[in-house]
Amino acid sequence: MTKVSMTVNGKAVSGDVEGRTLLVQFLREGLGLTGTHVGCDTSQCGACVVHVNGESVKACTIFALGCEGAEVRTIEGMANADGSLGVIQAAFQEHHGLQCGFCTPGMVMSAADLLSRNQNPTERDVREWLEGNICRCTGYHNIVKSIMAAAATLRGEQVAAE
Amino acid sequence: MPKDHGIGASSKRREDVRFLTGKGQYTDDINRPGQAFCYFLRSNVAHGTITSLDVSAARDAKGVVGVFTSKDLEGLGGIPCGWEVTDKDGAPMKEPKHPILAEGKVRHVGDPIVAIIADSLAAGRDAAELVELEIDELPAVVDMREAIKGGTVLHDVAPDNICYDWEFVAENKAAVDEAIRNAHHVTTLELVNNRLVPNAMEPRAAVGEYDAGRDEYTLWTTSQNPHVIRLLMGAFVLSIPEHKLRVVAPDVGGGFGSKIYHYAEEAFITWVSKRVGRPVKWNADRSEAFMSDAHGRDHVTKVELAMDQEGNFLALRSSTLANMGAYLSTFAPCIPTWLHGTLLAGNYKTPLIFTNVKAVFTNTVPVDAYRGAGRPEATYQLERTIDKAAREMGIDPVELRRRNFVKPDQYPYQTPVAVIYDTGNYDATLDKALELADVRGFAERKADSAARGKLRGLGIANYIEACGIAPSSLVGALGARAGLYEAATVRVNPTGNVSVFTGSHSHGQGHETTFAQVVADMLGCEEANVDIVHGDTSRIPFGMGTYGSRSLAVGGSAIVKSVEKIITKAKKIAAHLLEASEADITFANGQFTVAGTDKAIDWGSVALTAYVPHKYPIDDVEPGLEETSFYDPANFTYPAGTYVCEVEVDPDTGVVEVQSFVAADDFGNVVNPMIVEGQVHGGLAQGIGQAILEGCSYDENGQLLSASYMDYAMPRAADLPMFVVDHSCNTPCTHNPLGVKGCGEAGAIGSPPAIVNAVIDALSAHGVTHIDMPLTPRRVWEAIRAARN
Amino acid sequence: MYAFDYARPASLAEAIEAMKDEDAKALAGGQTLIPTLKQRLASPTTLVDLNGIAEIKGICLKDGMVAIGAGTRHAEVADSADVQRLIPALAHLAAHIGDPQVRNRGTLGGSLANNDPSACYPAAVLGLGATVHTSAGRAIAADDYFQGMFETALGEGELITSVDFPVPEKAAYMKFVQPASRFALTGVFVAKFLGAVRVAVTGASESGVFRWPEAEKALSANFSAGALDGVALGADGMIGDLHGTPEYRAHLAGVMARRAVTAAG
Ligand SMILES: Cc1cc2nc3c(=O)[nH]c(=O)nc-3n(C[C@H](O)[C@H](O)[C@H](O)COP(=O)(O)OP(=O)(O)OC[C@H]3O[C@@H](n4cnc5c(N)ncnc54)[C@H](O)[C@@H]3O)c2cc1C
Ligand code: FES
Ligand code: FES
Repeated sequence: MTKVSMTVNGKAVSGDVEGRTLLVQFLREGLGLTGTHVGCDTSQCGACVVHVNGESVKACTIFALGCEGAEVRTIEGMANADGSLGVIQAAFQEHHGLQCGFCTPGMVMSAADLLSRNQNPTERDVREWLEGNICRCTGYHNIVKSIMAAAATLRGEQVAAE
Repeated sequence: MPKDHGIGASSKRREDVRFLTGKGQYTDDINRPGQAFCYFLRSNVAHGTITSLDVSAARDAKGVVGVFTSKDLEGLGGIPCGWEVTDKDGAPMKEPKHPILAEGKVRHVGDPIVAIIADSLAAGRDAAELVELEIDELPAVVDMREAIKGGTVLHDVAPDNICYDWEFVAENKAAVDEAIRNAHHVTTLELVNNRLVPNAMEPRAAVGEYDAGRDEYTLWTTSQNPHVIRLLMGAFVLSIPEHKLRVVAPDVGGGFGSKIYHYAEEAFITWVSKRVGRPVKWNADRSEAFMSDAHGRDHVTKVELAMDQEGNFLALRSSTLANMGAYLSTFAPCIPTWLHGTLLAGNYKTPLIFTNVKAVFTNTVPVDAYRGAGRPEATYQLERTIDKAAREMGIDPVELRRRNFVKPDQYPYQTPVAVIYDTGNYDATLDKALELADVRGFAERKADSAARGKLRGLGIANYIEACGIAPSSLVGALGARAGLYEAATVRVNPTGNVSVFTGSHSHGQGHETTFAQVVADMLGCEEANVDIVHGDTSRIPFGMGTYGSRSLAVGGSAIVKSVEKIITKAKKIAAHLLEASEADITFANGQFTVAGTDKAIDWGSVALTAYVPHKYPIDDVEPGLEETSFYDPANFTYPAGTYVCEVEVDPDTGVVEVQSFVAADDFGNVVNPMIVEGQVHGGLAQGIGQAILEGCSYDENGQLLSASYMDYAMPRAADLPMFVVDHSCNTPCTHNPLGVKGCGEAGAIGSPPAIVNAVIDALSAHGVTHIDMPLTPRRVWEAIRAARN
Repeated sequence: MYAFDYARPASLAEAIEAMKDEDAKALAGGQTLIPTLKQRLASPTTLVDLNGIAEIKGICLKDGMVAIGAGTRHAEVADSADVQRLIPALAHLAAHIGDPQVRNRGTLGGSLANNDPSACYPAAVLGLGATVHTSAGRAIAADDYFQGMFETALGEGELITSVDFPVPEKAAYMKFVQPASRFALTGVFVAKFLGAVRVAVTGASESGVFRWPEAEKALSANFSAGALDGVALGADGMIGDLHGTPEYRAHLAGVMARRAVTAAG
């Protein structure tokens, strides 16, 4: 066991892990942050997406020890300070961008990375960005709408719900 | 003006808040103190005899709590099948035992052989490598056409690998044969309905715990129907009485059918938690899911459609081989029979129909219901065959369909395949879809595609499905070993807020919101004052669960019945408080009023009085305000609709791109349009996935080739267009109180034939008449090449 | 995953030292190695994490070539203004490897060391005639580096440190995506240099990435899609699997090559 320390959602945390402990295991089992999910074992589904030092990565495909000293952000850290839903989260609720909710944390984290790089994505941009996020429930239609709407809100525009 | 709350409003989903903040509680998120982990060692060969199995080294390995094989499970039952289909000659289907862990023989890749309980999953996996296992490999049989020749036999009880040989409607056989013999034209099509892997994004999981002090078991499991699991597992497998067994299906990350069934793993986890005296968790990884979740579809069918000169359908004959896989999954036998044969009339008035279905055992994962279940197979063969017929007869495919529609004045319509459609209007959805798809502008778009070297095609498909499953007496007569009603308790708490306990289960469908809308509408209260509780056998009276688009039609109706009883009782209390006759009390907008007076009392006061019965009609009614109902539907519901899509094919590579997709559905009344549209979107993605991307494939040795997302193509965002969905042409269901029909499966049923018809339309100029799904680039390119040569 | 020790050297020298253990394995982006470890298909005793080594990261211009450190992530190559300006085809290729999360982690060195027959980078390295520099001080020409599926010229414990890419007059990469994995079912990199054209094909052959001399010859004479009419690859030695027969892959190589030439302009 080796000690690992990092910042998760703004809080300094540490724990003992094995070399083979993945970041997602450290988050879920070590820190009890079960919002980050595991949907595959081939690094393809994106249910596990979190941010490490501001970039979206698959928490199932990075070791906890590789995140020593890193800033990690998970779905649990996406709400506003007062606990209300952040802009992307609120857009997902408003536009029905989730059904079973299993892919959702990864979708939100992935979308947040996109919107930090591209304030004005086209529908194509959004769809291509979601290459690594699989959803079986929504057919993506409302996920795409949610992300486009969140982008508009972040740009200061008003959008209708339907 | 759209409504802003209650029935008809697109209320935002309350469950979203927990899912969006990482506070959902899925089975794998549940951890019990002292919990151990289970790892299943599974067969890596498709068929073989276990010649030696030594687990002693594994038992001694570090961190191992226990190692179990079928020898340790003596006395336990096998995994039961919930539906018995009768052979054409009256014999019951062949029903081989489905052991929890392999007994002497393995029959598919993924068949569990050894279960290891350890302090950590890693320790369990490490120990699995110490198991000394020898399997004498037998030839495997994967192709159904080979399997029915016998030779390689999976189960001694079925020497020709045939589970049943079913005919429906047997009395029509001679007449159908004759009509086909004498018809002006017969269109024949042989097709494959490809095997699919459901792939709910949450893999299956189970946590078992035994409380020795109370002699009680709890199982948390990824299920669409926890009561069904309690019943099947308690009564047939583990012999645990219901009152000692609690089954909880917490937040569940999608099901699509695959989480209906009772699986060996959850039974084992429950049993072993007592045996090792510790809570035990099992969580499938995706690779395990591919080889152990029940698969869907997998039919090989030949269809013949007889027509007169005008294209009027005279008779339909179809014969199908339906794959059961290696064992019978819970509802497997009824899918290719009662959920398939009864839908072969489709939206049409074909007077004579006969089908023969042989269910076949093969060395593959068991096959059972997957979104649509039987109805997509029926729709696909009909709508593909009609398209081919239209081409052969030189009749416009829209016109041919319209000519044969059941017309609005023909309801209730008795089909020749047992079911009676209560209501519908197929012309309306057809017109709507054609309008929304701007079919008039197609020629121009086709020319534009051609200018870019692409072939554009237009595809259309109608569908009808039987949902709201199902009248118990009817399904009982057809072989179901359970009733298919639903239960609900509505509890009005003393301060007037409401807890609803439903036997339906939400794993994405949004019941917590939709059901609250219904109750709030009836009681004239805020939706926020209504809580929906589901998924726990210790809290809910009973339930048959969620599948077959039944939740609102059956589960919702049970809730309505309970609310009606509540209102009746509350009126009695109000009458007493208002000193009026019960007959004079009206209830609206949360107020009880005495007709013709200004005397009124609000809902909260009546609720409180029910629990503080100081001034109370105690001789007439009991205190408290809680009612339970069981609703058993009078008929199926029959959602129907028309789907129109356009595709572009790249003739150089075979790539199919879906350019547009329009769905016009008749779901009867709609409670939450936003959620209904979301259900359609999801179904469409799965249906389009089936049509162009997804195919589960085995090699001839029974090795699963599409064993992960590296080879099983899941639809991604970039594969799909924005959808146009409409549900304005609705004919309310005539026999349930909400007039609803169900919307969960439609998208997956109507879209595969629409897509394939569009691709064939695009390629027809090249002489291509059919391609089996999935229409992958390779297959499309090969078809073009073959037609050219 | 089997258990292993985890080392995180801060310099190349330390990494070379750590790699002397014959059961040690380098970890770069982990986007190939970690899924492999999960399947228990590899059992290193020590993982040597290269992510802390600044020397093997980054992009610079050197003798008219674009030098990219082995530890440079796909996303950095895709976003690099220098790469976009000098070899836009390479930036485009990097921008279409896997998905954004894979690109945020995966590295050039990892991709080349792995030499997956369906990977994208090998087509660029071979198509551009790049040079692979290693920790053993070797400079390996692309034509010598790729030795068949998953096989390379790297020795035991030898690490890739950087790759020098010559700047072509024009170039393009066309990837035909395998619908499930989204790797290249067949991908073709075409590069036109003064006096020579190189064409590299990935995803198609059982011997991994390869050059297509007939296409190179035709395009050297006339750099236009039409020049490839009548130039066809044989199906012999092509990969056959669920997603494509050898014939289909051979055919796709032709289509992708034509499209690459058109895209190169
Ligand atoms: C979902 C998904 C989709 C993908 N799609 C594509 C795609 O479309 N196209 C494509 O080309 N690739 C694709 N990849 C693979 C991806 O590009 C990987 O990043 C790459 O193949 C390996 O790079 P890595 O840095 O992640 O290496 P690692 O996984 O860390 O290592 C891979 C191998 O290289 C060795 N290694 C690493 N660095 C060095 C070095 N400097 N010197 C010597 N050996 C080294 C390791 O020991 C290991 O054997 C995909 C991967 C995933 C998970
Ligand atoms: S769990 Fe599927 S990509 Fe990480
Ligand atoms: S909402 Fe269920 S997988 Fe996306």
